[in-house]
Amino acid sequence: MAENKYKTKPLDCWNEAKQLRENYYKNFVRAHEVGGIRWAGGAWSFSAVPAGLGDDVYSLTGEPYGATVAFNKEFAEECHDAIEAKGYARDLCAYMRNYWGSIVLNKYAWGGEWPKPDFLWTTHICCSHAKWYQVAGELEGGVPYFCVDVSVGPYNERSERKLNYIVSQMMDGIEWMEKVTGRKYDDEKLIQAVYDECRATSLWAEICTLNKAIPAPLDEKTMYSLYVLGTLMKHRKECADFYEKLRDEVKDRVANGIAAVGNERFRVMTDTQPPWAFLELWRYLQKYGVVSIGSLYTFGLIGIFEVKEDGTWGPRISPQDRGIEIETREQALRVLAEWTLSRPEWQHFYSPELKSDMMKRIVKEWHVDGVMLHYNRGCEGLSMGIAENKLALREAGIPVMHFEGNMGDEREFDLERTKAEIAAFLEILGAK
Amino acid sequence: MEQDFFKKFHEWYQNRHEYAKEWKEKTGGTVLGYFCTYVPEEIIYAAGVLPVRILGSHEAQSVTEPHIFAMFCPLCRDCLAQGLQGRYDYLDGIMIAQCCLHMRQAFTSWKKHIPLEYNYYLYMPHGIQTPRAHPYLRGELEDFKKSLEEWTGKKITDQSLDHAIQVYNENRRLMKQVYEFRKEKNPKLTGLEAMEMVVSGQMTDKKEHNQALKELLKELPKRQVNRETGTRLMILGSEDDDAEFLKMVESSGATFVIEDHCTGSRYFWDEVVPQEDRLSAIAARYIDRSPCPSKDWPDRTRLPHILKLAKDYDVEGTLLIQQKFCDPHELDIPSIRTHLEKNGIPTYFLEFDVTVPVGQFKTRVEAFLETFQLPTDLF
Repeated sequence: MAENKYKTKPLDCWNEAKQLRENYYKNFVRAHEVGGIRWAGGAWSFSAVPAGLGDDVYSLTGEPYGATVAFNKEFAEECHDAIEAKGYARDLCAYMRNYWGSIVLNKYAWGGEWPKPDFLWTTHICCSHAKWYQVAGELEGGVPYFCVDVSVGPYNERSERKLNYIVSQMMDGIEWMEKVTGRKYDDEKLIQAVYDECRATSLWAEICTLNKAIPAPLDEKTMYSLYVLGTLMKHRKECADFYEKLRDEVKDRVANGIAAVGNERFRVMTDTQPPWAFLELWRYLQKYGVVSIGSLYTFGLIGIFEVKEDGTWGPRISPQDRGIEIETREQALRVLAEWTLSRPEWQHFYSPELKSDMMKRIVKEWHVDGVMLHYNRGCEGLSMGIAENKLALREAGIPVMHFEGNMGDEREFDLERTKAEIAAFLEILGAK
Repeated sequence: MEQDFFKKFHEWYQNRHEYAKEWKEKTGGTVLGYFCTYVPEEIIYAAGVLPVRILGSHEAQSVTEPHIFAMFCPLCRDCLAQGLQGRYDYLDGIMIAQCCLHMRQAFTSWKKHIPLEYNYYLYMPHGIQTPRAHPYLRGELEDFKKSLEEWTGKKITDQSLDHAIQVYNENRRLMKQVYEFRKEKNPKLTGLEAMEMVVSGQMTDKKEHNQALKELLKELPKRQVNRETGTRLMILGSEDDDAEFLKMVESSGATFVIEDHCTGSRYFWDEVVPQEDRLSAIAARYIDRSPCPSKDWPDRTRLPHILKLAKDYDVEGTLLIQQKFCDPHELDIPSIRTHLEKNGIPTYFLEFDVTVPVGQFKTRVEAFLETFQLPTDLF
């Protein structure tokens, strides 16, 4: 066990993060009791759009829900069994199987029966997403469903035509929502939600940028519980407000040299979703003074970054901070589409090189000593190009290892074997 | 000895690389390899370039492991292996029309490790059921056309597009005419012959392919079928050009009378309906064609299409095959099974890898085929 070099303390706002998450899942269940609306879709959904239906609109995003189930191995196993019995393959997205399994079992991870949504609203980002909610709607006995196709390429190839394609679908989606809910759409609420989403996602990028400091004020295991709010409700005021508070606290930790891991001697980064039922691996690293400072996944699934004047990565300045005033529905949707396409954890769908470059940037700017890639059998979307990333990192002279597993299906994860692989890597880094 | 009606197609299928090399030598032209049948071949053909589909060889290989995580489908790895092993060394360029993540990985790795003078990623929309896809794809095709013009140094005129559309539509029409013979009580062609006919068309100059189809259509009505048809099967699922498998099933008391594969009917079923704006017409054809499951949402349009095929071709049973790890098909297969079975068509599922365990599959297929036999046939 490496000795402590730095002072450390838990986050003051930790409990607030936990509470926000719990409220989110419970509010979804209670939505109908207060006359509200429930919708479900992917974490990548344009969640600001349904916000125009009113303040009593609650969402359930599928991936974080799937991760919640994964954390509970027994329930996850029940879900897998239930959906496999319906003929779905066990190599499909593990989050999706956890989600579908909950529907089939009529069991909600937060207790009680499955809360059927009033409509489904998502985006198609990988081979699974549009099909995920197609099947979910069928399993739920028929739920109105709208999916926005965003497959227009990486941010550096954006064009007016591509934005028009996405925006026009969202415009259609709003008309569709009015029909299926019988509610009149409020553009002012949409505009506010877009502002809040840009604020929240820029703030998360700022928080991640603060982790460049040595010692790192946050470790990745803690970050998992914080970034998740962005995957649940990136468009909501309470999410942006919480990230503001968190940003201030992390700034304070950096100023006062407060470490996430008191014995920090080595810094690593990971890649893709972790095997949620085995987060003890991150504690195992800390035993040897190794802190995982994050990953492209924890930073860039929610955080929106940009290259600053000095060439380094930092939070993208939000439209409102650039003085842009959103006045119309169309403009709000255009801002939202353009902002979303710049998400780091999107570019890899088009080019492993774009992802490798971002990873090399993190290694350099966050002072990373080695990279641990999770070859994640549970998510082909984020595992796309991962072998090429490994080659590129190795070519750049960066120590890199991979371990194979599954973010949401414990049957495909071997804890002891992975520990042995990580131990060998730590020896190579000189940490063990 | 029976005349070999499909010899030409078989030879092209077997000797695809030799064909392309000879074509280059003969014409001095350029060859563009493509990864998915959503590629608008008409535009490539109009540019005077030969489009050839990149497919695997169904042989075990170990060269793709460093490039593609093994949980991705065998087809994408097999395709990349062909490139890494130099079998497509005559290609001048490669392209993909946006499809599944798997094939996209094969494309990006090929682009990185086998540098060629031209590569293109066409942002074919996934949302083919939204009317917004039409103007969007039309614009993307305009960009693609410009890119081809820059590469070849030749203008693609309306006249050359009209010619290409005419050649491709004729090819589709001719193959549909051949498929009519599969409806007969004793089909005049097997599933293997049909597959080689279709896939060879993905690797040869359509003009030559059309000529061979016309000759076939003259002779085919005279063909005396000297084999038992057995159970009339439909085969559905991922790409399938596994000749050994098709041969095995068709020598076990069955005939494939129709399929829904991108190596079969799905490739050629729909024509370009001419419009004044040629690119709009081509965009409409690729958006409205029989879809790959990766694009079949929010509605399941494949279900009525598949059922209609089954009825039109008097199908008794269906084999659902899927390339291991192929998510789009894994996501469709349960509902297709339910739909077919509700409509009285039994199904059987098989998972494919680069190579197929023919012996084991034979036992399983025979067990499925036995279910169609009357008790008197069994004993």
